[in-house]
This record gives sequence, C-alpha cells and structure tokens, in this order.
Amino acid sequence: MNFIVKNIIRFIILILLQVTIFNNIQLSGFINPYMYVLFILLLPFETPPWLLLVLSFFMGLSIDVFSNTIGMHASACVFMGFLRPYVLNYISVRDNYESDIEQGLYVYGFSWFFKYALILILAHHSFLFIVEVFSFNNFGDTLLRIILSTIFSLTLVVASQFIISKK
Amino acid sequence: MKNLLQLIVRFHFTILFLIIELVCFLLIVNNNNYHKTIFLNSNNALSGGIYNKVTSFSDYIRLTEINDQLSKENTQLHNLLSENYKLTADSFFFFEDSLFKQQYVYRSAKVINNSINKQRNYITLNKGRKHGIKPEMGVIANNGVVGIVKSVSDNYSTVLSLLNSRLKISAKIKKNNHHGSLYWDGKDYRRAKLIEIPSHVNINVGDTITTSSFSSVFPEGILIGTADKILPSSGGNFREIIVLLSNDFNQLAYVDVIGDLLKNERLELEKEVEK
Repeated sequence: MNFIVKNIIRFIILILLQVTIFNNIQLSGFINPYMYVLFILLLPFETPPWLLLVLSFFMGLSIDVFSNTIGMHASACVFMGFLRPYVLNYISVRDNYESDIEQGLYVYGFSWFFKYALILILAHHSFLFIVEVFSFNNFGDTLLRIILSTIFSLTLVVASQFIISKK
Repeated sequence: MKNLLQLIVRFHFTILFLIIELVCFLLIVNNNNYHKTIFLNSNNALSGGIYNKVTSFSDYIRLTEINDQLSKENTQLHNLLSENYKLTADSFFFFEDSLFKQQYVYRSAKVINNSINKQRNYITLNKGRKHGIKPEMGVIANNGVVGIVKSVSDNYSTVLSLLNSRLKISAKIKKNNHHGSLYWDGKDYRRAKLIEIPSHVNINVGDTITTSSFSSVFPEGILIGTADKILPSSGGNFREIIVLLSNDFNQLAYVDVIGDLLKNERLELEKEVEK
C-alpha cells in the first residue's frame, strides 16, 4: 500500500510543479521542460501494462486540463507508457528486475537510469511536439524544440533523482 | 470466437494503447481549434482527392456513352451545314448551247401544306408566280412524281397531288414502253392504279413504272413506282396494274417544280393539227 500512496502523492506534486512552475518556463519558444513524465518513469516495474496506460493517460490529461491542450499531453504520455515495457526489456540489467522496487537512479546506477529516461523522454517529447504542430512543415524547428526540451527535461529529471537520493 | 478472445488477451496492451491514443486524438481534434481546422482540411483534401479519382474513373466508364452522344451531335451539326440545303432562292441558269437546247428547268420548293387522307388531296408550296411557277407545271420529289401545279398566287402555289382522283397522268412500263394512264383510286395512299395496259403485254410484279413522253408536264422517265399487283380486267382487253408509289406522300418536304421551256411550242403545234 505504501507505494500506492507514494505514487499518488508524487502524481499530485508533479502536476502542481509542472503547472505552476515548468509551464511558465518557455525559453525563446523552443524550450518547454516537461518534468511531470517523471511519474511514468518511476512507476513500479510490477505495474500491470493496462494500468500503466491508464495512469499515463490520466497524468497527461491532468496536465492538459491545466494547460488547455486537451488530448495532446495525454496522447504523448500514453505513447510513452506504451514504450516503457519495451525500453525496460531493451536495457535490462543482468538479473531480472526485482519486484516491488521503484526504478530510481540509486537502484541500477546512473547510466542505466540516464539511458532509460533519455529514451522515454525523447519519445514523449517527439510525440508531443509533433502532435502540437500537427504537420511536418518546418520539421527542423520541431526537431530543435524536441532536442532542446528533451535536454532540459532530462536534466530536471536526473537532478530530481539526485536530490531525492541524497535525502 | 475463442481465437479472437485469445488474440485480444494476447495483444491487450497494444490494443488498449491504440484505443487510448484514438481517444486522445478525438479529444485533440474536438477541443483544439487549430488541430480541428488542420484535421478537417486534410480530411477535405483526402476526400477531394478520392472524389477526383472516382470521377475520372467513372468518366472513363462513360466514354462509350459520351462518344455516342458526340457522334449524334456531329451528325446533327453536319445536317445543319449549308451544303445540305437546297437553295430556296432560285439559282438556275439557262445554258446556251447550239447542240443541246435546254428544255426543262427545275425550281426547288418547300412543301408547306399537304394531305393524304382525302379523296382530293392538294399540296401547297412556298413558291409562286414571283418565282416563275406557272399552272400545269410538273412537281417531283427525290423519289418520283408528286403532282401538277394547279394554281399559283404571288408567293404560293397549290399542287394537284397524285393522290387526287381528278389527276390522271400518262405513264409507261419502263422495260417495254407500253403506255397507260395512272390515277389514284382513293384507297391506299401508297398505291395507285395503272390502266389501259393491253392484256398481251408482258409485265411482272416489281417492274418499274415511269412517266411517259406523251405528257407535256413531266419529262420522260421520271419514276412513279413499281408494279405491285397485276389484275386481269373483267372481260376486256386491258389489264389493271396496282402500282406501289415510290414517293411516300406522308413525308414530303422538298420538291422540284419542273418548267418545260418548249411546252408552248409543242402545244401550239398539236393544236394546229386538231383544227
């Protein structure tokens, strides 16, 4: 039960952080950090796939409600949730993932978490920004936004893990 | 069914993902004006493209029909060409030749009134005295004899149709030149009677009947019709021949009026003999 409550709290905190702080950071129109994806990254390994999708959907939808972009974040989050099991398989550690443990930076090391977060955040941001412009015109601009925002989000996510693990 | 369920269970993750994404996109399109416009526009482009393809395909299918129409139209336009029309203004000319003297002049005229269902049928033409038409001139159509001009006004003339029991014209059997006289008995508008043919004359069904040279109205050899039935006359030396007229009087449209330039000369000569 403990991790359920923990996740709910994390869910709420991340939404508040995203809506109140990170949504207001728009450096030169290219950098929009979306740190809330941390919630999906940190869901337990054992989360049933369907629940993963549903939770991702509601996470995205909550952000959408606040930023008035109904469906966009939701679709990107669902895409990210869909990819998560495959990414986990792809970068699996030698042993199987242990159950009931949240995959944090401190469990499998920095490089593992970095790879894991990089792939998923990149996927999420690509999906999100492409859906946002809804066309492939000026794809260079879109690509730049994806890369810059991914770097920024990734930095925030990794930094947050350092802060938490030091606690 | 079982297999289907198994399939769904096996791929429930992907299926659920697709369903949720679909829901997301519905939300996006329905709630964001920008996306809505783009979606509708691309939708229109897509459907427009498909409609274009469909139209070009159905156009191809309809080519036969269109060809038909075009050829019909072509024919119609062809018929409108001026070359197809007889000049209604008279454009004949006299040809001076010391060897051949022109005897007959043809004037084309249009039938503006006609009947076939009476005992005495008359035809009205749109040419009259002004155009050189005089009474007693012969009238023929492409297929043969039509009648004789009876009276003329300045612009119109009436023609005693062959389908008039008062008209009798001199006719002959083309192959052996036996003469008789032809009249209409008022029964069938396609058939007339040729009488005064001697019974010894050899005639078969289908023989051609033409005008004879006895007539001062028609040139010799103008088609009248073909022998349709040969009746033995009752107790006489003559036979009656039912002639199928070559002209369909019900369809007369344009006729030629024949003027005989030497008619007066001939009549005067013949009168002198009678005196």
